Amino acid sequence: MIITVKINGKTYKDEVAPDTVLLDYLRSHGCYSVKRGCETSNCGLCTVHMDSKPVLSCSVLAVRADGQEITTLEGLQKEAEEFGAFLADEGGEQCGFCSPGFIMNVLAMVKELKNPTDEEIKKYLEGNLCRCTGYQSQMRAVKKYLDFKQKEEQK
Amino acid sequence: MKYVNAHIRKKDAMSLVTGKPVYTGDIVPQNALVVKLLRSPHARAEITDINTAAAMKVPGVECILTYKDVPNSRFTTAGQTYPEPSPYDRLILDKLLRCAGDPVAIVAAENEKAADKALKLIKVKYNILEPLMDFTKAIDNPIIVHPEDNFKALCNTRTDKDRNICSSDVFEVGNVEEALKNCDVVLERTYNTKANSQAMMETFRTFTYIDEYGRLNVVSSTQVPFHVRRILSDALEIPKSKIRVVKPRIGGGFGAKQSVVSEQFPAIVTMKTGRAAYIVYTRGESMTNGSPRHQMQMKVRIGADRDGRIKAMDLYALSNAGAYGDHGPTTIGLVGHKSLSLYGNLEAARFACDVVYTNTMGGGAYRGYGATQGIYAIETAVNEIAAELNIDPCKIREMNMVKEGQTMETYYGEPCNSCTLDKCMAKAKEMIDWDSKYPAKKLDNGHIRSVGVAMAMQGSGISGVDIANAEIRLNDDGFYTLLIGCTDMGTGCDTILSQMAADCLDCDIDKIAVRGVDTDQSPYDTGSYASSTTYVTGMAVVKTCQELREKILETGCKLLGIDKEKGDFDGEKVFDLETGKSVSLSEIGYASFEGHNKSLSASCSHSSPISPPPFMVGIAEIDLDPETGYVQVVDYAAAVDCGTVVNRNLARVQTEGGIVQGIGMALYEDIQYNEQGRMINNSFLQYKIPARTDLGTIKVEFESSYEPTGPFGAKSIGELVINTPSPAITDAIYNATGLFFRSLPIKAEQIALALAEKKDK
Repeated sequence: MIITVKINGKTYKDEVAPDTVLLDYLRSHGCYSVKRGCETSNCGLCTVHMDSKPVLSCSVLAVRADGQEITTLEGLQKEAEEFGAFLADEGGEQCGFCSPGFIMNVLAMVKELKNPTDEEIKKYLEGNLCRCTGYQSQMRAVKKYLDFKQKEEQK
Repeated sequence: MKYVNAHIRKKDAMSLVTGKPVYTGDIVPQNALVVKLLRSPHARAEITDINTAAAMKVPGVECILTYKDVPNSRFTTAGQTYPEPSPYDRLILDKLLRCAGDPVAIVAAENEKAADKALKLIKVKYNILEPLMDFTKAIDNPIIVHPEDNFKALCNTRTDKDRNICSSDVFEVGNVEEALKNCDVVLERTYNTKANSQAMMETFRTFTYIDEYGRLNVVSSTQVPFHVRRILSDALEIPKSKIRVVKPRIGGGFGAKQSVVSEQFPAIVTMKTGRAAYIVYTRGESMTNGSPRHQMQMKVRIGADRDGRIKAMDLYALSNAGAYGDHGPTTIGLVGHKSLSLYGNLEAARFACDVVYTNTMGGGAYRGYGATQGIYAIETAVNEIAAELNIDPCKIREMNMVKEGQTMETYYGEPCNSCTLDKCMAKAKEMIDWDSKYPAKKLDNGHIRSVGVAMAMQGSGISGVDIANAEIRLNDDGFYTLLIGCTDMGTGCDTILSQMAADCLDCDIDKIAVRGVDTDQSPYDTGSYASSTTYVTGMAVVKTCQELREKILETGCKLLGIDKEKGDFDGEKVFDLETGKSVSLSEIGYASFEGHNKSLSASCSHSSPISPPPFMVGIAEIDLDPETGYVQVVDYAAAVDCGTVVNRNLARVQTEGGIVQGIGMALYEDIQYNEQGRMINNSFLQYKIPARTDLGTIKVEFESSYEPTGPFGAKSIGELVINTPSPAITDAIYNATGLFFRSLPIKAEQIALALAEKKDK
């Protein structure tokens, strides 16, 4: 069927097979930041925003994105650099393969939660697996970033 | 030192965090064929007939290969220096299938749908055979896993395939039986560890194509590009000169990618069709037919005096190679060498081992590489004897641990040049507040808080085997190109080695340009494994910088018209010691590009006759719910001696990450097979790796010794850090429950059931 999707601000009209998942559809449009780490919706690597809400693009059919606005890390380069710098300064990106999905979820969290506790942060990001870091450096980066954002808002 | 021992951001960090297309799967040629494998549903079976006619008719199918289409020389997929100790026991496709998931046919098609359809249409008749699944019954079992005649063992590893023995070994220092006789207390215990999946986030993947020179190009997520070149040449029976291997960014390895797991399949498709080809393993395939940690059973006899002096240890390890012997004969050695050597006052020690073939998936290399299993067994045995003698487990270690200056008899007789294990112990105790928390405390909610301890060591490279080369070129304008052949898999070696080069050359780190590996262009390196990169390749970089400095000085002095002895180089300029007159590095760079018969570059090799162990102490604090048996590691203290810390961020994250992988091994990760020999938990849904909500805090401190043979005094860190959680958590569970659990993982239900049983008694 034919779908119309806005990807990172640009509108695309495409014929897609009914079983095409959003993940593959996005990668076929050059959104290579969107990664696949499993087949069971467990790893969080494929996280993108659909109408500003984080979704697992492996578990969303491309046809469901019809008429929706999809944002990937390619469309949030400024934000990615801003938070990514905190992550990089902790050495918390390591292999980097889970970074895009993780960062997409962090950026969604920042919009959704006000002054989250450590437990709330962990809970929100629970679905983003990482095998390199043991998550500690990611937590340090998130907290420093939240501090930075708060100070920026107070200015 | 400006960069070494500092917090330096990785050179590739910003491209990773902004999601740039830098991994194998992001740069696949548009027209590449999709390669998929038909895999055996049976753990042991012979293909009696295979018909691909219907599958070939699917539109878009380019080729289907079966065992009839592949070369007949056996090879090993283990990425090791030639001659490999791992037996040559594999074909790309075999008529006899030795584990569930063994490849039966290779399908290459224009798209995924066509490949999937073709897979379903291949008709295979199997003669299903009874599999050998229990590795404790493998030796002299009537089922012989490798009956083939062209099986080949290149090294003397006491292989006896007709008895299912992949390798065996024994060594003894002193007389163990005598020493045990003279001990006040002797314990005999058996410990079991399961296979573990590395579960790196990027599964195995490779694409191949023929380039403009008619050579096979292999772009792969690998830790061992040079070994891949050699192994593919053997497997495909084509000259090594016809192969180029390129390693882009890698999405994690942990040893998994020290084997050729996915490379051979697109490679043979490209050789047969001339077309680019790409294979990507699903998570399921990565788990059922990857290269996991070897499952082991270890029998320990440990003897001590009543006052806590440990006098003798006897360790026997049985390792399950599974269907293929990759890394089987080598992982096993570490079980003994890197556990017994933690103890410096033993009168006698013995290590014996057998590695056996079965019909489970073949094992491979996983961070820790046998040391993890051996340390789990020995450290738990030490905790058991401490409990038996009613001695604090930290104290018994303080009495017995190896010390700097000793000769480590059980560690190839190597000297212990650098070791702060004593300081690590003191630090870790302080970090967790051991004295007030040991052994346990009951909380108001009925939970029990307890602590447990373990020590660990590893090596730094394979002594006398690993080789690293580095090349550094001076370019116009005075910047450098650093060429290395070791593989950054997210660990940061490209950055770490640049830090060393920048300090050696007194320059800004941004003046060092560094690249991923290309076997046509990078200097030879055995690859990133065996904790070798910082220690071995690092030393090659240091030596290369020294040589290049001399050449820069020489050229600068020539430009100044003075003798070399009269000038000096400070990183920015060569200057006349008397007059102060100088020529800048930029000018030297430009001058070296014009009318000279030598451009300025240096290249050095390094190999180390010893493999200095890094050491650490890990203490786990757990919260155990006696009702459910649920254990959470609420705090973990790690005090690490990796020699000089080269990059403080990366060393810390290595430690945190390794500990969490170790926690997974201790508490969750449990590969299980059904009766037919098929793995039943080959997904993240069923094979649980730690998530962030499972964990408390992990504290890391460094107690640096100085390793005189290492670059800037550094030793390794990558593997060491996975070794303490299993024994430390086992100890903490004992301190909470009074029960030693001797098989990993220790799952909540086991604890709950054991506690219920204890209550009934």
